[in-house]
Amino acid sequence: MTMKWSGWALATGVLAVSAMAQAAPPTAAMLSNACAGCHGTHGGSAGPSMPSLAGQSDKAIVDAMKKFKSGARPATVMGRLAKGYSDAEIAAMGEFFSKQKLHATNQTLDKAKIAKGASLQEANCGRCHLEDGKEGKDDTPAMASQWLPYMQIQMADYLSGKRKMPEQMQEKVKPMSKADLEALLHFYASVK
Amino acid sequence: MTLDRRNFIKLLGGASSLALAACAGTGGLSGPTGGRRVVVVGGGYGGTIAAKYIRMMDSSIEVVLIERNDHFVSCPFSNLYIGGLMKDLSPLTIKYDKLAANHGVKVIQAEVTGVDAATKVVKTSTGDVTYDRLVLSPGIEFRTEEIKGYDMATTPEIMPHAWKAGPQTVLLRKQLEAMKAGGNVVISIPLAPFRCPPGPYERASMIAMYLKQHKPGSKVIILDANPDIVSKKGLFLKGWKKHYDGLIDYRAAKKVTEIDTRGMAVLVEGIEEVKGAVINVIPPQKAGHIAHVAGVVGTDKKWCPVNPMTFESTLHKNIHVIGDSCVAGAMPKSGYSANSEAKACATNIVNAMNGKELIDFSGINTCYSFLSAKEAVEVTGVYKVDKGAIIAVPGSVGVSPDLSETEAIYAESWLKNILTEMST
Ligand SMILES: Cc1cc2nc3c(=O)[nH]c(=O)nc-3n(C[C@H](O)[C@H](O)[C@H](O)COP(=O)(O)OP(=O)(O)OC[C@H]3O[C@@H](n4cnc5c(N)ncnc54)[C@H](O)[C@@H]3O)c2cc1C
Ligand code: HEC
Ligand code: HEC
Repeated sequence: MTMKWSGWALATGVLAVSAMAQAAPPTAAMLSNACAGCHGTHGGSAGPSMPSLAGQSDKAIVDAMKKFKSGARPATVMGRLAKGYSDAEIAAMGEFFSKQKLHATNQTLDKAKIAKGASLQEANCGRCHLEDGKEGKDDTPAMASQWLPYMQIQMADYLSGKRKMPEQMQEKVKPMSKADLEALLHFYASVK
Repeated sequence: MTLDRRNFIKLLGGASSLALAACAGTGGLSGPTGGRRVVVVGGGYGGTIAAKYIRMMDSSIEVVLIERNDHFVSCPFSNLYIGGLMKDLSPLTIKYDKLAANHGVKVIQAEVTGVDAATKVVKTSTGDVTYDRLVLSPGIEFRTEEIKGYDMATTPEIMPHAWKAGPQTVLLRKQLEAMKAGGNVVISIPLAPFRCPPGPYERASMIAMYLKQHKPGSKVIILDANPDIVSKKGLFLKGWKKHYDGLIDYRAAKKVTEIDTRGMAVLVEGIEEVKGAVINVIPPQKAGHIAHVAGVVGTDKKWCPVNPMTFESTLHKNIHVIGDSCVAGAMPKSGYSANSEAKACATNIVNAMNGKELIDFSGINTCYSFLSAKEAVEVTGVYKVDKGAIIAVPGSVGVSPDLSETEAIYAESWLKNILTEMST
């Protein structure tokens, strides 16, 4: 008698784990852990340019992913990656990263710029980038401790028009000098 | 003297590492396991992550990581060292002490020499270790038998492969530096599948960059066994035209079948001789040696068939294979793939040990390649299980639109993050 492959497997007990064919769909952790090779374990980036996702609000992450997916936000890799996930999967990952602790970083920053940024931030950016950038209004991303080179790349994209700035942010950013904007980014990068 | 908290912890740390060394030396892990011991073989891209994530998900599971070396050197970015963009290999080197201290992974430095699947025992150079589940992430071995004249002990000292990072990487760099201007560098590429599909073409770019600056009259000759450039073809051709026009002589469908180390030549299909001042023979590949010993290699005699959800071998129960050694459907053999596979494997080992439901695979592959000192490109994709096989999620796989300085900046951060993941 010849034995079919599946029969053999059952008889020998091989595939004991795998034979439980009924697997649950990928959990939030399964989906999100795959992002960590670039963004760091649990979304805490070791830097110096990949952004941390840890402690980001789920609204900000979902908003960013949807814009990456539709092409509304420019990206190097994220545009293609975001197309690999359904809206439900994106929501699950947003929730996963929002539950992680904000990732405090120690970056080499300019003290004078931090001080200048600190004096400018409340009046200019504080309406949306709340609590020294530790939180954000609605889908505004947190920026506290975010990696400086990342924020510089994003600001450059905003200023060149590649990334579309929210209208009310534009009202504040447009009149500012490059030096003041740079100071603000140093400030946010320094917040722990 | 009073013992403050910090010193006390130091003492504890010292004591536990002593205990570890002792049990490694005496093979003290051959006793009963309590049903909750996972042994991981190989402290590279896959193994470190499997060990760490199992401990992060369930610290009641004992994890023993066995690696032959006391450190690991990353292949990713080693081409930049070969091209002269890095002083030494230290940015590519990780140690295992923090995996032990932060996650309680028991690290044993030893060569794994045997696996007895029936009694669930791993044989090592320092003693036997019993397991409940075994994870193999041993990387690759070379099919040197397919190249006439290739001797595993002596050939790589003359014609380095530099396809496992470390001394081989340093040797290839030294040979390039010592080469007289005007000499040719030959790179031979095996038939796919091999570790890191874009790797050989990145290497050619980095070597051409070095030759352009330091060796006038020299060029790179690529002998590719494949019918065409395997990965990122358009981007490599564009970069070569932009930076290294006339410096890279690409020859498709040229399979090196024989070598002559004395005459410093390789033979294509046994007839066409190509000489080089420096010859980088990348031999065809197969699963790491220990996978063959363990009996988990498939009928192709090369790679290990696995369940796409648990990465458990389809040939032996309780042995899982991840990384380059396994067949992970549509996923290429890369460090990032190994990282994703390790996490899915870890998740399902923990769930299986705890009698919980298994979770379907979701993973990512990314591979950055440098074309010049400041420009990189990447290929990225999302992968999932469909009808029992790992497939690319439609629409998610693709390459960079162009050479990019921004991608080079992100690439460096990718390396930092993935190595930090593996070592802390
Ligand atoms: C030049 C080059 C460039 C690359 N660039 C990239 C890149 O940019 N991005 C990317 O994602 N991938 C890249 N890769 C591919 C990447 O290096 C591999 O895919 C990855 O290392 C696979 O991980 P692994 O765990 O299977 O094996 P490895 O990382 O090789 O780890 C295997 C470990 O097992 C140990 N081991 C093996 N057998 C035993 C034994 N019997 N006993 C004890 N220890 C043992 C080895 O010492 C080693 O430390 C590149 C590869 C090369 C060659
Ligand atoms: C190959 C590396 C890589 C992987 C893998 C990756 N990312 Fe990203 N991510 C980036 C880069 C680079 C950026 C900056 C935008 C760009 O250029 O693509 C970014 C930006 C982001 C942002 C915007 C952050 C902000 O504050 O503006 C979010 C959100 C994000 N990624 C989520 C994810 C999620 C979720 C995953 C896993 C499904 C993931 N990323 C996987 C590299 C990666
Ligand atoms: C009216 C609300 C608002 C104001 C005011 C505002 N921002 Fe923003 N900011 C946002 C929102 C919303 C986003 C995300 C929008 C998007 O998708 O591009 C954002 C994004 C950013 C980012 C990108 C962060 C990332 O993770 O991608 C930077 C940098 C930034 N803002 C800086 C500033 C600075 C500096 C100021 C003050 C000069 C400022 N913003 C004022 C709402 C605001």
